[in-house]
Amino acid sequence: MSTNGMAVYCKAVTKTYITGSTKVQALRSIDLNVRLGELLMLVGPSGCGKTTLISVIAGILDHDEGECLVFQQNLRAMGQTQKTRYRGANIGFVFQAYNLIPTLSVMENVAVPLLILGKSRAEAHSRAREILVHVGLEDKLKVLPGDLSGGQQQRVAIARALVHSPKLIVCDEPTSALDADTGRLVMEVLRQTALSADRSLIIVTHDNRIFNFADRIARMDDGRIVLVEPQVAHQ
Amino acid sequence: MLVGDRGKYLGIIMGLTFASLLITQQSSIFTGLMTRTYGAITDLSQPDIWVMDPKVLFIDDIKPLQDTELFRVRGVGGVEWAVPLYKGLLKARLQDGNFQICNVLGLDDSTLIGGPPQMIEGNLSDLRRQDAIIVNDIGARTRLAKRPKEGGGKPVPLQIGDTLEINDHRAVVVGICRVSRTFQSQPVVYTTYSRATVFAPRERKSLSFVLVKAREGENLKALCERIRKSTGLAAYTAQEFKDVTYNYYMKYTGIPINFGIAVMLGFIIGTAIAGQTFYNFTLENLRYFGTLKAMGATNGILLRMILLQALMVGALGYGLGVGCAALFGYLFQGTELSFRLTQDLLFVSAGAIIIIIIFSALISIHKVMRLEPAIVFKA
Repeated sequence: MSTNGMAVYCKAVTKTYITGSTKVQALRSIDLNVRLGELLMLVGPSGCGKTTLISVIAGILDHDEGECLVFQQNLRAMGQTQKTRYRGANIGFVFQAYNLIPTLSVMENVAVPLLILGKSRAEAHSRAREILVHVGLEDKLKVLPGDLSGGQQQRVAIARALVHSPKLIVCDEPTSALDADTGRLVMEVLRQTALSADRSLIIVTHDNRIFNFADRIARMDDGRIVLVEPQVAHQ
Repeated sequence: MLVGDRGKYLGIIMGLTFASLLITQQSSIFTGLMTRTYGAITDLSQPDIWVMDPKVLFIDDIKPLQDTELFRVRGVGGVEWAVPLYKGLLKARLQDGNFQICNVLGLDDSTLIGGPPQMIEGNLSDLRRQDAIIVNDIGARTRLAKRPKEGGGKPVPLQIGDTLEINDHRAVVVGICRVSRTFQSQPVVYTTYSRATVFAPRERKSLSFVLVKAREGENLKALCERIRKSTGLAAYTAQEFKDVTYNYYMKYTGIPINFGIAVMLGFIIGTAIAGQTFYNFTLENLRYFGTLKAMGATNGILLRMILLQALMVGALGYGLGVGCAALFGYLFQGTELSFRLTQDLLFVSAGAIIIIIIFSALISIHKVMRLEPAIVFKA
């Protein structure tokens, strides 16, 4: 099958966690494609394997069997350092708990991915400022994350995920710590600023209030994709 | 990251400062003490070679020689001159009736070679006057000082013209000098060789050392060897005699082990505080290290990050500790406390701090290197 025009191509992907004599099969023969320019939501009950699947897709966890290509690249075949560098250049992350470094200012936090990629401090700060203006936080550049509201922190996290123009953004429960209005605002920012024709988003969520922001929803249960359905609102 | 956590940042710096202070301060006191053990050799700069009984183990271990040994040494080829030196502990009776043991040095009557390095009052040649002695300033101010005129007042320092009794013999102070502090810290009394032998209890042998000046261009080691062969006595260059004395104290006294324990304690406590706090800091920030890893930071970047933070706190702790140790030495300057902060000790202390921070960083680095970035998806 051609993988052109696809951000992610997963075929018969399995993953088993082994702790002592206990084996837990987290992914059971997963088949999933994510198209370029698409916002896909992964939904399902706790422990169904959503987080394991985005970890495999983002290259921070190796699957056991099957094939998983991200922009035609087999991350499992890469060495650890190469994979880390690939992640740094091509994948952006938004976490449930934001994971902003508390001792760095908003602008410094957003500049981190560019500094990791070897950009100069001046260039990184300049680009960080631009993207923060884009998410409506131009007046919070010097503020520490602890002094921001939850919604503002998540917008900083989104800015950090976008600052180095990655091709794939992986979000883990981006609205679960936020109230309904703030969650909706954050999703609007994500859709408006993150989604483009050459960039895809995968969002893991329990929050059915934001389902209507998705292009497609993949429902998981017990390590399997049980249903992939399009969302009419964005078709 | 570390700077932002004020409590841990200060905790690590305190731990390293304490370690650096204890290591530097205790080593400096040790070095000061060991320097005092050969202070008398340092003060006698004129002779090249010290000749003594072969059984002598250190400068204060006096095993007297017969006076005729002086002439045998003078007869050895390559000797420019050789003079006698008396060194012994004699009891002095003060004006108030108290007794004080003094370190008496008897110099060659004609040349007065071996005199004090610095005269504060009077002249060395005044020793040629009847019953003359020169005392060191600290001895004159402290142990040999006269009783205060009024009760509760300060003791009156011994002055030129004051008299003492040394072993029932009258002695008149004709000068005050300054000498290097010695390990025994008794007052130092200079007099002539012949007078010293009068002060000393009568013995068959009274010559403590023969001080030798080599002819110009003479190889000192070869001359020492010739003196040994022809007289059967021990002969050392000044540096060799310092080493003999130093090694005696290192080998036969508990000083090195006592200071070694204090230094080791500083090292262990510093390592424990800094290592534990640094490790706790790493544990508490694992999520952020994981986030950086997920965002593309390689192990090399994280390693440099941790090392930079460790070096930064190490440099600060070292600087503060060494600064405090130097301040301590400055405040106690001129007191009984022996304190000698050398460049070598600064390097030793720096080495110890580097070991502590590398150890502290290593346990953190080990944790971070093995960290799975997947931790970032755990709520």
